[in-house]
Amino acid sequence: MGTRNYRRKTSHSEHGPGDGGRTGSWRVERPVLDQSLCIPCKRNKEACFICWLFCPEIVISRTIPPRVDLEYCKGCGICAEECPTKAITMVDEAKFSEEDKE
Amino acid sequence: MHIIENGNTAAALGVKLCRASVIAAYPITPQTPLTEKLSEYVERGDMKAEYIPVESEHSALAVCIAASSAGARVFTATSANGLLYMHEQVQWASGARLPIVMCVVNRAVGAPWNIWNDQQDSISQRDTGWIQIYCADHQQIIDAVIKAYWIAEKVSIPIMVCYDGYILSHTFMPFDLPDQKTVDAFLPPFKPDYALRPEEPANLNTVTLPDVRLDVRGELAHSYMEIRYLLQEELRTTLDVAADAEKRFAEIFGRQSDPFIESYRCDDADCVALGLGSLTYQLRVSVDALRKEGIKVGVMGLRFYRPFPDEAIAGALKGKKSVVVFEKALSYGYEGALTSDLKSALYEHLAGTGTLPSIQNFIAGIGGRDIRTDDLTKMFRAATHGRVSKEPLWIGLKL
Repeated sequence: MGTRNYRRKTSHSEHGPGDGGRTGSWRVERPVLDQSLCIPCKRNKEACFICWLFCPEIVISRTIPPRVDLEYCKGCGICAEECPTKAITMVDEAKFSEEDKE
Repeated sequence: MHIIENGNTAAALGVKLCRASVIAAYPITPQTPLTEKLSEYVERGDMKAEYIPVESEHSALAVCIAASSAGARVFTATSANGLLYMHEQVQWASGARLPIVMCVVNRAVGAPWNIWNDQQDSISQRDTGWIQIYCADHQQIIDAVIKAYWIAEKVSIPIMVCYDGYILSHTFMPFDLPDQKTVDAFLPPFKPDYALRPEEPANLNTVTLPDVRLDVRGELAHSYMEIRYLLQEELRTTLDVAADAEKRFAEIFGRQSDPFIESYRCDDADCVALGLGSLTYQLRVSVDALRKEGIKVGVMGLRFYRPFPDEAIAGALKGKKSVVVFEKALSYGYEGALTSDLKSALYEHLAGTGTLPSIQNFIAGIGGRDIRTDDLTKMFRAATHGRVSKEPLWIGLKL
């Protein structure tokens, strides 16, 4: 199957995950959240969400706790950099590959 | 109504009658009076349009690209180095499939600086995926602008309407100015297949990966190669759309011409001159002179250069003994681009039939060098019996 009947003649993207393909496969480090440090988790209130706001891929949810869509998270680390309480740590993806094997 | 005006005004009146709603342009000789005229129409309220002054030609076309993406009928115009400065956006406009109409008032490109007429500017944009129309008089300028919007919007491909600087842009000539009702009957309001709306935010012409991919809706979307193939495919079918446009134009305006080739005394001609723009009208004088000497010659003016009407040209030239191509531009390092394209078309359609004509290429009027009709006639006469030189010969060269 080709793209002959695709609805446009150009390249076009709409707001939503997965527009650039499954970019999660690009990731070398994974953001891991420590809920004991995360402001909305600690207070159980809609607060902060700096990670959601800054994520350039819109893959962090505005929920308690914030969740990362690993299908599309490229592992850029901006969330970890911006988190005011350092609740997010970037962990080597290799570690999770080992876990997947088990 | 017949009026007497200059070529730039003919173009401006065409744009006004087409109800362009966004105009962005940067003045450059010899295009300047065209954009001045349009700004006057907008300022006086004769035209309901946004006139957006910009700091460069690159921005002029960028504004047109943005406005066209939002569904506006847009116009810009430029010449020479202005067109070259636009080049990146020129490629973008065709890749983005936007039906922009741009007048190119043909002028020599620097270096060295030269403000006079030749056609190196638009010819050097040949491979950008735009449609190119060449005009030989003021009637053709205004008519081409009107037809251009119809064609561009049918195929979603931008069009350059090219006419010779000064020779057409600044000279006065009578032409028929159609009324608004007739133009409205020919050209309906622009209804784009897609227009960007704030309620539906989207990224347009986003980065494509080397291969196709699923979009956010899970549909298999084109990659770069598919998008570029479609541009090529639809440029080729634009030849049919141009023929339809001509038919529709004739029905509504009562003026008819061949969509691709304007022939003069070619029917029984053994030797035919071929060219783009006003030079082909000057060549009619040479044709008349040579006919008086009993030499069977004619001249063809090519109206569409891209997409290249190869079949029409090969058909028109079948059985001719020789073709003489007069060009005001060349592909440096080889020969006139039109000459190469012509050879390619003839090879495709006539090779093996034993009817391939000889081809002579003349380069004339580079940087506005005066083209004397006597010189044209002399060169034309010399080439009627076949090729006189493999390398293109430069008429009027004082080296």
